[in-house]
Formats: sequence, C-alpha cells, structure tokens
Amino acid sequence: MAQETNNTEKKSQGTGPGTKLLIGEFLNYRRIWLLSFVLTAAFAIIPVIFFAVLDYNLTQRSLENDAEARASRLASNTWRSLAFFLDERKNALNYVVQSNSFEQLENTPQLTEILDFLHESFGGFTDIGIIDATGVQKAYAGPHGLAGRNYKDQQWFKDTMTHGISVSDVFLGFRNVPHISIALRHTTPDNTYFIIRATIEHQLPKILSEVKTSGNGDAFLINARGVLQTPSHYFGNVLEKANIALPLATEQTRTMRITLENRQDLIAAFRHIPDTPFILVVLKSQKEIMSPWHHSQVTLIQYLGISISVVLLWIWAVTTYFVRRLQLLDRKRSKYFHMAEYENKMASIGRLAAGVAHEINNPLAIINEKAGLIKDMAHFKEELKKDTRLLETVDVILASVKRCSRITRQLLSFGRQTQTAPVPLILKSVLDEVLVFLIKEAQLKNIFIDIDVPDDLPQVVGNRGKLQQVLLNIVNNAFAAMPKDGRLSVSAQKTDDPFVRLDIRDSGCGISPENLKHIFEPFFSTKTNQGGTGLGLSITYGLVQELGGRINVESKVNEGTTFIIYLPTTTQKEE
Amino acid sequence: MSDEKVLIIDDEQEFTQALAERMTTRGMTVSTSSSAIEGLKNVEEHSFDVVVLDLQMPEMDGIETLKVLKKKKPELQVILLTGHATVEKGIEAMKLGAMDLLEKPADLTTLTEKIKKAQAKKMILVEKKAEERIKDIMETRGW
Repeated sequence: MAQETNNTEKKSQGTGPGTKLLIGEFLNYRRIWLLSFVLTAAFAIIPVIFFAVLDYNLTQRSLENDAEARASRLASNTWRSLAFFLDERKNALNYVVQSNSFEQLENTPQLTEILDFLHESFGGFTDIGIIDATGVQKAYAGPHGLAGRNYKDQQWFKDTMTHGISVSDVFLGFRNVPHISIALRHTTPDNTYFIIRATIEHQLPKILSEVKTSGNGDAFLINARGVLQTPSHYFGNVLEKANIALPLATEQTRTMRITLENRQDLIAAFRHIPDTPFILVVLKSQKEIMSPWHHSQVTLIQYLGISISVVLLWIWAVTTYFVRRLQLLDRKRSKYFHMAEYENKMASIGRLAAGVAHEINNPLAIINEKAGLIKDMAHFKEELKKDTRLLETVDVILASVKRCSRITRQLLSFGRQTQTAPVPLILKSVLDEVLVFLIKEAQLKNIFIDIDVPDDLPQVVGNRGKLQQVLLNIVNNAFAAMPKDGRLSVSAQKTDDPFVRLDIRDSGCGISPENLKHIFEPFFSTKTNQGGTGLGLSITYGLVQELGGRINVESKVNEGTTFIIYLPTTTQKEE
Repeated sequence: MSDEKVLIIDDEQEFTQALAERMTTRGMTVSTSSSAIEGLKNVEEHSFDVVVLDLQMPEMDGIETLKVLKKKKPELQVILLTGHATVEKGIEAMKLGAMDLLEKPADLTTLTEKIKKAQAKKMILVEKKAEERIKDIMETRGW
C-alpha cells in the first residue's frame, strides 16, 4: 500500500520505530553484495594470478641461468683470444731466444735488428732487453737506453726467475701509451739462465672492444688489486681503480651478479688469464638480456590485466544483478506482508466493530423504548405534560439514541461482508452520477473539477451502489479538505494487472504522515468536533475490499491528498 | 377500528415491557414473552395477529422460532427485530415467511405502521381462508 510505502520512506529517513530493522536490511544487502563479489572474484582471479606469478618466476629463473651461461661462454671465448694473443707474443720471444745465442743477443745492433723484425711481423713491440741471472740488463734495444740497469730486486724479475714467465701490469710507457711487458726465462744448454724482456704496446683493449661491440655489455681486464688494465664502460679508464669486488679468480670461468651504484643489475663472468696478473671480466646487462622477455611479459601482464578486469566487471554485474533482485523480492515480499497484515488488521477491526455495534444496539433499543415510554406518559398524563424540562430531557435522550444508532449502523456497514453478484460497470458513468450530487457544492466552494477518464478504459466489476458510495465518500472527503478554491482531479488508467487505477487528487490541506497511518481505521477523525464520526473512510475501505479492489492514499501536508483505488476489471473475470 | 393483537418475543424484558406499554397506549393488545419457548406456548394458547420477534436470543434463536411459528400458524405475520441486520439474514428471514425485518433500535412509528400493515395482511388471509371454507362447505354440503 502507498501508505505503507510512506512509512517505509519515513523509516529509511531514520525517524520511525522500524529504523533499525530497515537500515539493518540495507546494510545486509551491501554486505551480501560485498561478500559474494569478493569471494567470487577471489576464486576466479587468485588461480590466474598464482599461475602468472609462477610462470613469471620460473621463466625468469631459467632465462637468468641462460643469460649467465651466455655470459660465461662469451667470457671463455674472449679469454681464449686473449690467451692466444699473449701466447703468440711469448712464442715469438721464445723463438728469438731459441734461435739466437746469448752472445748474439748481447750484441745491441743484433738485438735492434731482432726488435725491428718482431715489430714488423707481430707489431706493437716497443723495446727488448736481455737480463742475466743476476738481474743486470746486458743489452737493450729501444728508445729508453736502459742498458746496464739492475732489476734484481724487482718483483717481475723474481717472478720470472721462479715461474719462467711473467707478464706485467699495464703501465704508461713511451709517448704515454699503455704498455705491457713480457719477460721470459731461458735456460741455456750450459745450464745458465737469462731473461728476455719485451715491452709491447697494449693491444688487448682492441680485442676486448670487439667483444664489447658484439654484445651490449662490457669486457675488461683487471688485476688482483682492482686496477683496470683496459678501459671499461662502467668502471672507468685504464689504470683507474675500479670499484668492483671480485672473488678469487680461478682457471674456471665463473659468473656472479653485481649491482652497480645506479642500481643496474649486471651479470659478470670472469676468469684469470694464466701467467698474467689479468683477470678477464665480461659484463652483461641483465636488463638488456631480459628485455625481449620483459616485453613479452609486459604484453602478457597487459592481457592478464584486461582479462581480470573483464572477469571483475562480469562478476560485478552478475553480483549486482542478483543482489538487486534479492533486494527487490525482499521488498516485494515485505510489501505484501505489510499489505496482508494491514488487511488482516482491518478485517479484525471490522469484526470487532460489528460485534460491538450489535451488542450496543440491544441496550440502545431499551433506552429508546424507555425514553419513548416517558414521552408517551407525558402525553397522556396532565401533570407531566406541563413539565417542559422533562420533555426536553427525553428529546435529548432520544436524539442521542438516534446518534448512537447512526454510529452503530455505520460500524456495521464497515464490518459487513455481504456477497452480491458483481456486474460490469462503466466507471465514467458511475463517476458522473456521483459528481451530479456534488457539482453544486463545488461551484459554491469554487473548486475546479478535472476529469480524465479515457473512453477505452475496461469496464470494472462490482456493485454500483458500493462504487457510488466509495466515490462519494472520497470526493466528499476531498471537498472537506478544500474549504475554498481548489482543484479536484480524477484520472483513471489501465494497469498491467487486471485492474483499473483511479486517482482522486485534491489540492487540499493534506494529511500528516502520522495520521495517514490510521486513516482507514474506524473512529479516526480529525474533525470530530465538526460532527464527523470518523467512519467515512473506514466504510470506504470496507467497500473497496468488498468490490475486490485496493485503496491507497498518498498525501503531503499543504499540497494535497491522492486516493488511489484499484478496481477489478472484467478482464479478470475472463481469466 | 379493530385493535391489533401483538406478541413480542425478546429476551430483553425491559425492552419488551417498555415496548408493550407504548404499543398498548397506541391502542394495541400486546402480550410479551421473554423466550422463544414461552412465546410458542403463548401463540398456541391465544390468537395473535402479529408477532414481533428478536433474532438473537439464547436457547432458540429468531430464525428457528420463525420456522416453528410458520409451521404452526402459517397465517401469522412475523416482524423480525435485530441488532445486526444483514442482507443475507434479511433474505433468509423473508424466504422463511417473515413479513419484515427491522433494525434495533427501531422507531416506534415505523414499527406501528408495519404492524398495521401486517394485521391487514393477516385479515385478508383469514378472510380468504374463511371464504374458502364457506365455499368448501357450500360445495360439500349441498342443500
């Protein structure tokens, strides 16, 4: 019912007694929605995310291993080139000492010749010297004129004497060009030692630059003290101290991961070059190795994100739909429940009213007859005839009895449930009949009546008298709400159900929500002091029920009241 | 003017007495019974034109009483009084031969009118019956 709906609205505003329950219900729906949404989403999405993460980790690990292997392989290849380059130089020197005697080598012009030969055939040889076992440089060919110097205390001399060969760190030699020197111990047939030492232009960076350009990383040599032996892309130029911590190099190629200061992750592969102080370091940028994979991962994650969004959207839509539906059905159910409750209440009140009226009628009859008797007696007895006060009193009693009996009769007609065969009625004609009675009053009060009843409206089924009574009561009520000037609109329309909806709207004073709740209850009247019994609308309610219809009321204070009546149509009968 | 012989049957004695007194003052001969059984006995012993019968009584209600009355004396006119008149009950009462149905508290003037009408109706019935009897006698006993 509309009035019930008004209650609901009021409740949801938080003023009615049912506030807690209703807000609770709304909260419940939100919680149900949230719960089902979260659970469904979790069950749908968690496995997907789990597998995505798993796949990401596994492929990342395998790719990283792969990258390490590649770096390691590159390091090995580079190591081989470098070792070959140095071996070549060593073999050249070896050849020189094998093919020349110590005496020949001591001869400086001859040594110069050999230097020229080496320079031409191998390139890079800057000078060459012959040092005897005591560390004295016996002969020297080259630009520095170092003949006669004693190298006895130098580390390289000791190393050469013990290991047979030594390769020096890089140093800036002639013309400020980086050089390395190779010293080789030679055992003469008469079991004496001498050392041949050559300074070579530092050509290793060239070999390494090939490696650098082939990959997108870095390759350089470093000695055990962390001094760069070739320029490095990441760590600086030759002979600079590199800020890199490497574990002890071995004969095997090893890999490790390092992070630069700028947070760049690198894979480092390193290996010691034998008989030299050099450690080969090959660096590969992990990011660059992984970048194709990262690109594919990004695409994959994008797809994943899109599909998750679609799934979430779908779950959202479905959940919202079902929860809305649930809410709607709940509301409908509670509406019908309220309706049934209300009708039940009205029926009970009707029965009670009828019972009370019936019981009161008997004593009322006695009062009526006794009072009548007194009047009769006064009529026949002379001494009483003169007593006007007595007669007046009796008349008041009789009038009161009449008033009481009017009330009981109305009560009875409210509670009455009579069965009469319904007939099809044309709503418009019934309405016209009723309005004929009221036109005079409307003109008097200056009320404009506006009727909008379409001609194609289905016929309603019911008792003409009852329908007239209903319309009369409501229109009377509307007029009472408009003391002067106003507008009464009556409109009817078909509904989807086999009912005709009739709206009777006035522009009167309106009814407060509090009163609206009780409006159909007997003896509920706001104009009791004006002679109303408060039964008009309850009788109307009873009559509408008897007609098989429903009556609702909507009202706003100072704006007007609308009675909405649903009347059964003939189509219902056919069904 | 012949005065009407009326019997009022109602369990409310205050009501019957007052009503009887008022009707008497209006020139009717009125008897009262405070229950249906007493009323039926009364009807057998005396002759009445009209019975005013309350619908709701303890022991035997108005409808039952009406049935018995009509069986015993079909020409008797019965006016029903009720505290709760419904169309159904009215129709039922009419079908059973009641002449009218009035709602309590009834207006005495209305009741009087109805009683007068009922008496007239009864007179016609009785006259008809008498006529029939005379006819009957004339036909069966030809002199």
